[in-house]
Amino acid sequence: MKVGIPKEIYPHELRVAATPDTVEKMVKLGLEVAVETGAGDAASFSDAAYAEAGAQIVGAAAVYAEADIVLKVRQPTTRPGGGNEADLLKPGATLISFIWPAQNKPLLDRLAARKLTVFAMDAVPRITRAQKLDALSAMANIAGYRAVVEAAHHFGRFFSGQVTAAGRVKPAQVLILGAGVAGLAAVAAAKGLGAVVKAFDTRPVVREQVESLGAQFIEFKFEESGEGAGGYAKQMSDAYLAAEQALIAKHAQASDIIISTALIPGKPAPVLITPGAVTAMAQGSVIVDMAAEQGGNCPLTERDKVVEKSGVTIVGLTDLPSRMARQSSELYATTVLNLLKEMYTPEKGLVIDLKDEIQRGAIILKDGEQLWPPPAAPPAAAPAAKPQAATVANHGANGANAKKKGSSANMVAALAAILLGLAAIFGPPEFIQHLTVFLLACVVGWHVIWNVTPALHTPLMSVTNAISGIIVIGGMLALYGGGSGALVLGGIAVLLAAINLAGGFLVTARMLRMFRK
Amino acid sequence: MITTIRSLAYLIASLLFIMSLRGLSTQESARRGNRLGVIGMLVAVAVTALALLAPVDFATMPTPDWSLVGVLGAALGVGCLIGAVVAARVAMTSMPELVAMLHSFVGAAAVIVGIATYLQPGDAYEAGRSAHLVEIYIGVLVGAVTFSGSIVAFGKLRGIIGSRPLLLPGRHILNLIIIMLCVALGVIFHHAEVPWPDAGADIVDAGMPALLAMTGLALLLGIHMVMAIGGGDMPVVVSLLNSYSGWAAAAAGFMLSNDLLIVTGALVGSSGAILSYIMCRAMNRSIFNVMLGGFGAEAGAKPAPGATPAGKVTETNVNEVAEWLLAARHVVIVPGYGMAVAQAQHAVKDISSLLIEKGVTCRYAIHPVAGRLPGHMNVLLAEANVSYDIVKEMEEINPDMPETEVVMVIGANDIVNPSAETDTSSPIYGMPVIQVWKAGKVVMLKRGMSAGYAGVDNPLVYNDNTAMLFGDARSSVQKLLAALRGGG
Repeated sequence: MKVGIPKEIYPHELRVAATPDTVEKMVKLGLEVAVETGAGDAASFSDAAYAEAGAQIVGAAAVYAEADIVLKVRQPTTRPGGGNEADLLKPGATLISFIWPAQNKPLLDRLAARKLTVFAMDAVPRITRAQKLDALSAMANIAGYRAVVEAAHHFGRFFSGQVTAAGRVKPAQVLILGAGVAGLAAVAAAKGLGAVVKAFDTRPVVREQVESLGAQFIEFKFEESGEGAGGYAKQMSDAYLAAEQALIAKHAQASDIIISTALIPGKPAPVLITPGAVTAMAQGSVIVDMAAEQGGNCPLTERDKVVEKSGVTIVGLTDLPSRMARQSSELYATTVLNLLKEMYTPEKGLVIDLKDEIQRGAIILKDGEQLWPPPAAPPAAAPAAKPQAATVANHGANGANAKKKGSSANMVAALAAILLGLAAIFGPPEFIQHLTVFLLACVVGWHVIWNVTPALHTPLMSVTNAISGIIVIGGMLALYGGGSGALVLGGIAVLLAAINLAGGFLVTARMLRMFRK
Repeated sequence: MITTIRSLAYLIASLLFIMSLRGLSTQESARRGNRLGVIGMLVAVAVTALALLAPVDFATMPTPDWSLVGVLGAALGVGCLIGAVVAARVAMTSMPELVAMLHSFVGAAAVIVGIATYLQPGDAYEAGRSAHLVEIYIGVLVGAVTFSGSIVAFGKLRGIIGSRPLLLPGRHILNLIIIMLCVALGVIFHHAEVPWPDAGADIVDAGMPALLAMTGLALLLGIHMVMAIGGGDMPVVVSLLNSYSGWAAAAAGFMLSNDLLIVTGALVGSSGAILSYIMCRAMNRSIFNVMLGGFGAEAGAKPAPGATPAGKVTETNVNEVAEWLLAARHVVIVPGYGMAVAQAQHAVKDISSLLIEKGVTCRYAIHPVAGRLPGHMNVLLAEANVSYDIVKEMEEINPDMPETEVVMVIGANDIVNPSAETDTSSPIYGMPVIQVWKAGKVVMLKRGMSAGYAGVDNPLVYNDNTAMLFGDARSSVQKLLAALRGGG
């Protein structure tokens, strides 16, 4: 079986779908690999390196004509000299690439006409097992980082605050809209440069992730929750959007840099930064609109351009991952290889299993037959990959525990009340007095012990061992009870209790000496 | 006057004990807490001795009975000496055994004190003789169960007694019969007029035989109860016995009308109860389930349905693991009982130090029931000089798992089993676990493919991102350390 790696022809696209490293792995799997001349040049992979990894270096025509499996980055597009890449593919061949089927209906028809089998890297389901082939997250991570670098480039000021002999420099105020993979990567990068970072997201569950990176989370209170299926954001009502825009406008005014990453799958990007909000920003501020490809989070954004509107630079670049071509190629190539490995074994060749959740999600066409979109997954399966789902499950369990604990606590309380009642009726006054002391001590013990840090539970046991050696007093009283029997019994009791208290305290001291920072 | 001094001193001692336990809430204050406990104990013992020497006040202090003073001093001295030697010698991996042994002493002392108290002329308690007898009876009962139970626990932890649960047929009924017999003997004991049968009097009229018979039964009950518990449930049992030893001391306080004993016993009792509760919650089981369960054996006997999961196990070697570790930015080490058994904590510490030196963020994740004692892993790591700042609780570390590149699981199994979260049919379903499978790469150091004590198959080992490093934990870790040094 032959795998073809063509050179990307999409404007400004510098990435490539395989690296010498992944080529070598494919060759080891028993695949033949053909790489188009100069395919990796823009991403700093030379033809020689591919050849050394075991690939044949061939012309564009040969790559498409011979390959059974074609690996690409961008969806097939019209070639500069006329004709479409889709038409070059061998009939019945398999294509693995970004496709964006929702936005590229005509392309689907064109691919279907060639009886192709097509997998879209952007349609890989977001489940735990598929993390290693999640190309979107890998690219979003790079894009988020690069967005901060672009912002810094156009900003022309320090990110970190400094105190110099020539005066004080205030740290840059960075606002990140959308705390998905790209947003969080941007938070981390901006934070790393020393800026003061705030992040906004409609999904309250991401607060923890934002705060764990040292940024401030801007909370948005409205009746709808912004979390849709599969951990992505979902589309909201108009009133909601208006309230959201107002909140962002307020924070935008105080920000030097805004990086907006808000996307809704298969829909135009929501408008979060109104023209009014842009005007209100200080001169020299920068907006990096990472949603430019889907229309932008700001209506003033111009796709693939850097423009200046009322003194604010708006960056609408859509090739952010491509601007770090070598690294993004490495990551993308690995995810593509991982998808290929899901289906290809040296023994059986390429076998497509539509029962497999990953393959079913990613497949768009099978021999020309459209299989996209996949049937809705059961709601439980999708969020399983997300940490918040686990949190929810935990809460559920805790709730159940608390209930159980509550009922058993009630039982204990009822039992105690009955015993107390009996004691009050039948017991001598002295006994009641002791009982009072006993119960109060239990309450005190209960509160004190819950505060003990779990790391010190072993020392806690040995200390309680030691202080339960207080029974030595009982032994002493018994010893003085009179008679030789009492003397012997009391003596033994004192001896045992003394071992306990000395041993307990000393071993605790020994253990605690070992705990150090 | 002496009585006043004694009451005040007891009050101070009680407060010191409470502050001592309070001190354990943080590592910084723990040592001071321990010292407060020692002071409290010294005050209590000294004042009790004083009150015994001068029962009314100093002016009318009788000439001390030197034989009594001698016996008391000797017992105290010898006991402290033995305690000190044991405390200095014990290996940190043997802490569970030491703790179990010390519990048994408290139980034994409670039994002895109870019997001795019963032998004393009871005129002081004439008013509440009935209540007093009940106090003695319960004190001896709890003490005896604590004593024999702790001895068995000690034996199991030491390996003298097999750790498999002993499940006698009809064991619940057996326990019930023993308890009912104890109640019946209690009624006889309560009605008895004299401790020993006089010539001519019926044996049923004497209290001591009933008391001793009950002691024997209670000892049996303690043995039987702990014998039925599997090795992995030991943290719960040890905590539970800790609790019992406290209740035994409190019961002794009731029979001696001594508030200090009551307060201290109640503190210890609640401490043990809370620890048991924490341990049970960490295993997602109720205390009844542990005590009545015989859990390990049942699950082991019929390996869970569908126990032959398809899947291949990826084996790895130390050089590969060393490479992964050096390439990672975040590493988490999950130690389990296997690390304690192999005494590997020092070598593990060397690895974490080496990684930190090389700029890798290396932390430890501790599951509440890792080891055979609450907090056992923390103590072992502390012994190996691991800074407690990098030793994290399960709840603290779980959110960080997705960002962690490599997790090393050393001698742990059930506490990292993903089926606890996903497989509703699994016996450990619902137990909170360390979510190691969310990390980039999991390396499991194990002796072989055997399941953990719960006898539950661990799907983690079949995961694509899991690699197994078979062999004894200590030698594996040492080889790994050598590879890290060589490679770096």
